[in-house]
Amino acid sequence: MFYSISLYISLAIFIGGLIYKIYTWLSHKIGVDSKDIPISRRLSSALKGIVLTIFSSKILTLINVFFLDIIFQRKVFNEDFFRWLTHILIYVAFMLLLFMHALDKFITSAIFPNYSATLNPFLFLRDFFGALVIIGVCMAIYRRFILRPPRLKTNPMDTYAIIILAVIMFSGIILEGTKIGSYSIYKSMVTDYAGLEEGEEEFKALTAFWVDKFGIVSPDLKAPFEATLLKEGKELHEMSCSGCHSRPQWAFIGYPVAKAFKSAALGLDKGGIHTLLWYIHFLACFIGLAYLPFSKFLHIITSPLSLLANSVMDKKGSDPANIATRQALELDACTHCGACTSRCSVGIIVEQRDNVNILPSEKIQSIKGMVASKKQPHERERRLILEGTYLCTNCHRCTDVCPAGINLEDLWFNVREDMLKADSPEFSVLSPLSFYRGLMRETIPTGEYTRPVLKAREAIAAPCDLMRVPDTVVTLTPANKELQGSLLLSDQAATFSACFGCQTCTNACPVVAAYENPKEVLGMLPHQIMYAAGLGIKDLAFGSQMLWDCCTCYQCQEQCPQGVHVTDILYELKNLAIKNVESNVRSLSG
Amino acid sequence: MKFALFLGCTIPARLTQYESSSRAVLANLGVELIDIKEFNCCGYPLRNIDFKASILASARNIALAEKENLPILILCKCGFGTLKHADHILKEDPSLRNEINTILKKEGLEYNKGVAIRHLLSVLYHDIGSDAIQEKVTRPFKDLKIATHYGCHALRPSEITQFDDPVNPTLFDNLVALTGAESIYWEKRLDCCGAPLTGVNDDLSMDLTEKKIVNAKQSGADFLCDACSYCHIQFDTVQSMINNTKRNNNLLPAILYPQLLGLSMGIDGKTLGLTENTIDITSIEGRLSE
Repeated sequence: MFYSISLYISLAIFIGGLIYKIYTWLSHKIGVDSKDIPISRRLSSALKGIVLTIFSSKILTLINVFFLDIIFQRKVFNEDFFRWLTHILIYVAFMLLLFMHALDKFITSAIFPNYSATLNPFLFLRDFFGALVIIGVCMAIYRRFILRPPRLKTNPMDTYAIIILAVIMFSGIILEGTKIGSYSIYKSMVTDYAGLEEGEEEFKALTAFWVDKFGIVSPDLKAPFEATLLKEGKELHEMSCSGCHSRPQWAFIGYPVAKAFKSAALGLDKGGIHTLLWYIHFLACFIGLAYLPFSKFLHIITSPLSLLANSVMDKKGSDPANIATRQALELDACTHCGACTSRCSVGIIVEQRDNVNILPSEKIQSIKGMVASKKQPHERERRLILEGTYLCTNCHRCTDVCPAGINLEDLWFNVREDMLKADSPEFSVLSPLSFYRGLMRETIPTGEYTRPVLKAREAIAAPCDLMRVPDTVVTLTPANKELQGSLLLSDQAATFSACFGCQTCTNACPVVAAYENPKEVLGMLPHQIMYAAGLGIKDLAFGSQMLWDCCTCYQCQEQCPQGVHVTDILYELKNLAIKNVESNVRSLSG
Repeated sequence: MKFALFLGCTIPARLTQYESSSRAVLANLGVELIDIKEFNCCGYPLRNIDFKASILASARNIALAEKENLPILILCKCGFGTLKHADHILKEDPSLRNEINTILKKEGLEYNKGVAIRHLLSVLYHDIGSDAIQEKVTRPFKDLKIATHYGCHALRPSEITQFDDPVNPTLFDNLVALTGAESIYWEKRLDCCGAPLTGVNDDLSMDLTEKKIVNAKQSGADFLCDACSYCHIQFDTVQSMINNTKRNNNLLPAILYPQLLGLSMGIDGKTLGLTENTIDITSIEGRLSE
C-alpha cells in the first residue's frame, strides 16, 4: 500500500516536472535569438520541425547519432576512456537493473515465463549489474574527489547524483545480504514452497542443510551437523527449493555481505532490518524518480534530445523559433561533466582572473540560473557572466567535445550579444578576442555591433580630464613615479625614460599614417604617450584612443633609436587603463 | 625531425586548410608532428587586457611541450610572437616565473628552461633547408608573381622573435622562389595586415588591409602569400567582406604558403584545402608546369 502510494506520488511528480520542463523549453528566452517569438509559435515550429525531419533523409543522421553518440557515447570515448568507461558502466548496468530487476513484473516476467528473482541467471545478473554500477560510481567518486582534474568543479547537484545512486545501490546490496541470512524470510519461504513448519523433523533437516551450505543463521541450529541430517536436508532441498532457488552464492556480492553480518544476523532479523532496508531502497529509487526532472539526471532525456537536434540543425538553415527552443533545452542537457572546461582554450586563466564564468561548464550553469530566474542578476554577477562569455577565443573545442552535443559556441555568442547591450561597458571588447565578432559583423545589427566598443572606449577615457579638456595646463611638478612603479615589467618600465621625443615611433606608425588628422582621431600619438608616461601623467597615458587603435605591429619599437619598448609599453598601459576604470566601475556597482 | 604542432584556436575552428596543407607538406619532407591536445590559447588575444593571464596561457603551452621534451612548431605568427615574448619574459623575470610556476604546478607542469619555439617558415628554411625542399618540388610554378606578406609578429621585435632581418627580410621570398614562383618586391610587404583591429576598429583595420592589397596589386602580384592564421583570414575573409561592401572587384586572392608549396610538390588541391578559402584560388593550379 505504502509502496504503491509512494510510487504513484513520485511518478506524478516526475510527469508534472517533465511537463513543466517542456514548458520552460518552449518559453525561456535566451539571448538575442529568441526575442519576440511566442510560445505557440515555438510549439508549432517544434512539432513541424520534428515531423519534417523524421520523414526526410535526415532520419538516417538521427539513427546514426542515436547509436553512435547516444548508445555508444562516441564523443566521450574519443575524449577520455576513463570517463567513458565510468559512464558506460553506470548507465548501461543501471538500465539493465531497471529493466530486469526493478521492472521485473512487467518486462522480465513477460519475456521469461518461468522468471524468478532467486533463479539464475537472474540471481547472478542482478549482482553482476549491481557490481558494474558500483564500480562506475566508485570511478566517478575517484575522478571527482581524488583525481580532481584541473579546474573540474563539483557542485551540489553532482554530489546529489552520486549520493542518490550510492544509496540505491548500497541499500540494495545490504538488503540482499540481510535477506540471504534472514531466518524469518527462510521460514516463511519454507512454509510457502515446501509446506514445512518449524518444529517438524523435516524442517530441521532442511534448515541444517541451508545453515550449512547457504548462510542461513538459525536461532537454534548450528554447525557442525551430522552427515545423515545434511543428506536428508539436501534431498528436501532438491525436492522443494532448488527448482526456483539457485545457490545464494551466485549473488556474489550479497552473499559475502550476509557472511559479514553473520554474527549480528539474528538480532537484525528480529529487528526487521530487511524491511527497513527495503523501504530505504525503494524510497531512494522513488525520490530519484520524482526529483529526476529537477536534477542532472534529466540528461537521460535531454542529452539525447540535444544530440539529435544538433545533428540536424544549424544556425543558418533552421527556424529561429526552433533554435530558441533548442537552446533552452540545451541548458537542461548539461550534465556538468566538465569535458568542455577540460578542453577550454582559456580555462587556465581562471587561475589569474578569479571569475569561474570563464570556464564553460560554470558559465552554462550561470546562464541557466540567469534564464530561470525572471529577475535581472545583480550587476556584479552580470558583469562576471558577460566577461566570462567574452574571454573566449571561439575555438569551438567546448562544442566539439560536449557529450550532450550542446552547441556551446552559439550559446555564448547569443548570450554575449544580448548582454553587451546593457549600459555598463565590457573592456575585453578592446582586444583581439573581438576578431571573431568582427567576422560575424554581418549577422549583428550595425548600431549594436559598434556600440560595445565605443562604450568601452568612452568609459576608459571618461575619468581622464586632461584629455577631455585639451587646454588644461599641466603643472610643472616633478614627474609622478606612481605610474612608472605600477608597470609590471622591470625591463620595460625603465625604457620610456630614455625617450627624447624624436618622433621616430610616430613616424613609423601605420595607424598614425592612416589618418590625415591623427591627433584629432587618436588623441595622443605614440611619442607623446611615451613622454606622458615618462612624466607619470596618467590621464594622458590612459585617455588616448591611440592605445586601442594600436595594431601592435611593433614598427615603433623596432625603429626606436633609444630602445624604448614602445609597443610593449602601450600593451601595459592598456592593461593599466582597464584596471584603473574597472576598479571605478566595480566600486560603483558594489 | 620531431615537433609538437601548435595549432592554436583559430586554425581548427576557422582555417582547417592551414592545418591540412601544413601536415601534408611536412609529412612529405619527413617531419614528424606530435599533437598535444592539452595545448591552450597562445595568450595573444589576452595581452591587451591582462598581461599575466596572457603569460600564464603561453607558459602553460611551453611547459606542456617541455614535459614532452619537444620543440614547438607553430603555424600562426601572432601565436609565434606571443610565445616567443612570453618565453623571453619568463627567462628574464624569475619572480614572475615563480608566480606562474606556482599555478602550473597544480597540474603537474612547470616552465623550467623552456623549449625551442619555431615558426613553420623557419623550420622549412633553416631546419629542413632549401635543398631538401627543392628536391621535392616536382611541378614548379611558371609565370606566377607572388607578393609575400611577412607578418609583424614574426618579424618584430626582432631581438625577441629572431625570425629574420627586420628591415630587409629574405627568408619568405627565398621559400617562395623554391616553388618556381617569382617573389616580387612591394613597398608595404612588412606592414600590418589589419587583423589586430578587426572587431575593435573595423574601418581602420580594413583601411590597412586595402592599402596593402592595392600596393601588392600595383606591384604586379597575381597572388598574395601568407603564413599566419590571422593575416590569412584578414586577407581572405575580411578582404572578401570589404569587396562585398565596396563592390570594387579589386580582389587579390591570398594563398597560404603550405598550399603554394604543396601544389608545387604535386600534392592534390583537395588535401591542401584549396577550395576552403573564401576567395577562389583554384586558378593558381593553372600556373603549374606539366
